This record gives sequence, C-alpha cells and structure tokens, in this order.
Amino acid sequence: MITSVIFFLFAGLAIACAISLVYHKNPLYSAISLVGVLISLACIYVTLAAPFIAAVQILIYAGAIMVLVVFVIMLLNLDEDKPVVNRLPHLYAIGGILGLVLLAQTFFIFYAVHRAPKQAVNTDETVGKTLSIGAGMYTEYLLPVEIVGILLLMSIVGAVILARRLEYPQLEIVVDNELERRNESEIKDEFRIRL
Amino acid sequence: MEPSLATYLALSGILFTIGATGVIFKRNALGMFMCIELMLNAVNLTFVAFSRYYADVTGQLFVFMVMSVAAAEAAVGLGIFIAFFRNRISIDVDDANILKN
Repeated sequence: MITSVIFFLFAGLAIACAISLVYHKNPLYSAISLVGVLISLACIYVTLAAPFIAAVQILIYAGAIMVLVVFVIMLLNLDEDKPVVNRLPHLYAIGGILGLVLLAQTFFIFYAVHRAPKQAVNTDETVGKTLSIGAGMYTEYLLPVEIVGILLLMSIVGAVILARRLEYPQLEIVVDNELERRNESEIKDEFRIRL
Repeated sequence: MEPSLATYLALSGILFTIGATGVIFKRNALGMFMCIELMLNAVNLTFVAFSRYYADVTGQLFVFMVMSVAAAEAAVGLGIFIAFFRNRISIDVDDANILKN
C-alpha cells in the first residue's frame, strides 16, 4: 500500500517535471525540471528495491551530469529560445501517421505485458544490493565493463580536444578565404583567356 | 500491494514520449540534450522494473552501462556545444548550416 502511494506520488511529480522541461523556453528552468525528474526516478527506484541504482542516479545524474549542464548554460549565457517558425507544414500528415503507429505499438506493449508476471517472481532481497551488482559486474559482465571504461577514456580525450581553443583561424573565415580565392582564380582565368 | 509491471512500463512510456516530443520541438541544442537524457532515464526505469519483476540483476547492470554512456555523451556533447558557440555565437540548431548548399 505504502509502495503504491509513494510510486504514484513520484510518478506524478516526474511527469509534471518532464512536461515543465519541454515547456520552458529558458534552458536553466529546463535543467532544474530535469533534476526534479531525476530525483523522482531515484525515489521510484527505491520502491523497486534497487537502492544502489537510486544512489548512483542521484550521484551521477543529478550530481555530476546536471552540474556540467548548468555550468555550460551559465558559461554560454544563453537567451531564451526563439519562437518556432513553421517551415514544413506538409509534414503534419506524415507526423500524424507516425504518431498513430507509435500509439498502436504502445497498445501492443500493454497487451503483451498482460502475460508478464503481476507480482515479483520471488522477493529475493539480495537482487539490487551492491553485493550482487558488484559480483555480476566483475564476473559475468566483465567485458562490457571494460568496454565502458575504454568509452569513458575516449570521451575524456574527445571532450578535451573539442573544447580547446583552436590556434588556426575559425572555419568560417577559412571558407570565406577559400571562396574569395576561387572567385579570383576564375576571374584571372577569364582575364587570361581574354588576353 | 505493489504497482504492477504494466504501471512502471506506462510511466516509462509517458516519460519517453515527452522526451521525444521535446527533442522534436526544442531548437536549443542544450534543451534537446536534456530531452535525450530524459529518454535515457525512461529506458533505465524499464530496465529496473524488469529486473525487479524477473528477479535478475542483469537489468540493473545495464542501467549502470547506460549511465556511463550518458556521462560520456554529456562530456563530448557539451564540448561540441562550446565549440559550436565559439564559431556561431549561438546554440540554436538552425544555425548549424555550414554544410548546406
């Protein structure tokens, strides 16, 4: 009973924060709404008997990733979004058809899920504890963990390379110079032919 | 009485749909990025719910992997945004048109 109450409370909070995330034009309000969604989901993970995932959710998502996002928003000093201009009105029909397909898929999932267990298979309390996750991570799923480690290393190197200040001129200037050079050479060619 | 598996999947589907709508409607690259994070979280909720109802720890391990990929995505994506902002003084995705024509 108490699980249901907690679940529906935080599910409502998560949906409200998600709608607020999409609705707000100011990126900082969106970021704070996303933090609300992440913390609500962490509480829902607790009702699913996954305390380790709940803790990691708050530490990594609401802590590390969102701090990075808010830092970038404030570093770039972003304005609000410009209003949407509708440039492709003929795509409404295609969008409607794709939406109907998505709705049909959702209903099919609800139909298929009736065959899934209504209650948890066994209330084995060790599943979801840090011990079982660590044991699985370093025995059966060692290779994926190693691959994720390499991925993180690559992303660190990539972020440092992408965000550093370039020493050569900006790309736009390079392109403009290139266009000028081509025009000049064409004009020179014409001039040469005329001569 | 616990909520059934279908309830968790319904919540996950609603969050995923809101995130997909946001990716389509937002024009700010950072807003799109946050909506993608929302979609990843909806998938994580599905993993944890199935992990609970089938009493298997694999789902929670893959939630961990998804979180690592999201962290890598955040680092690289925000680096791209900063590089883009430096060239265009804007983070609107409509301004990323240097390859047009």
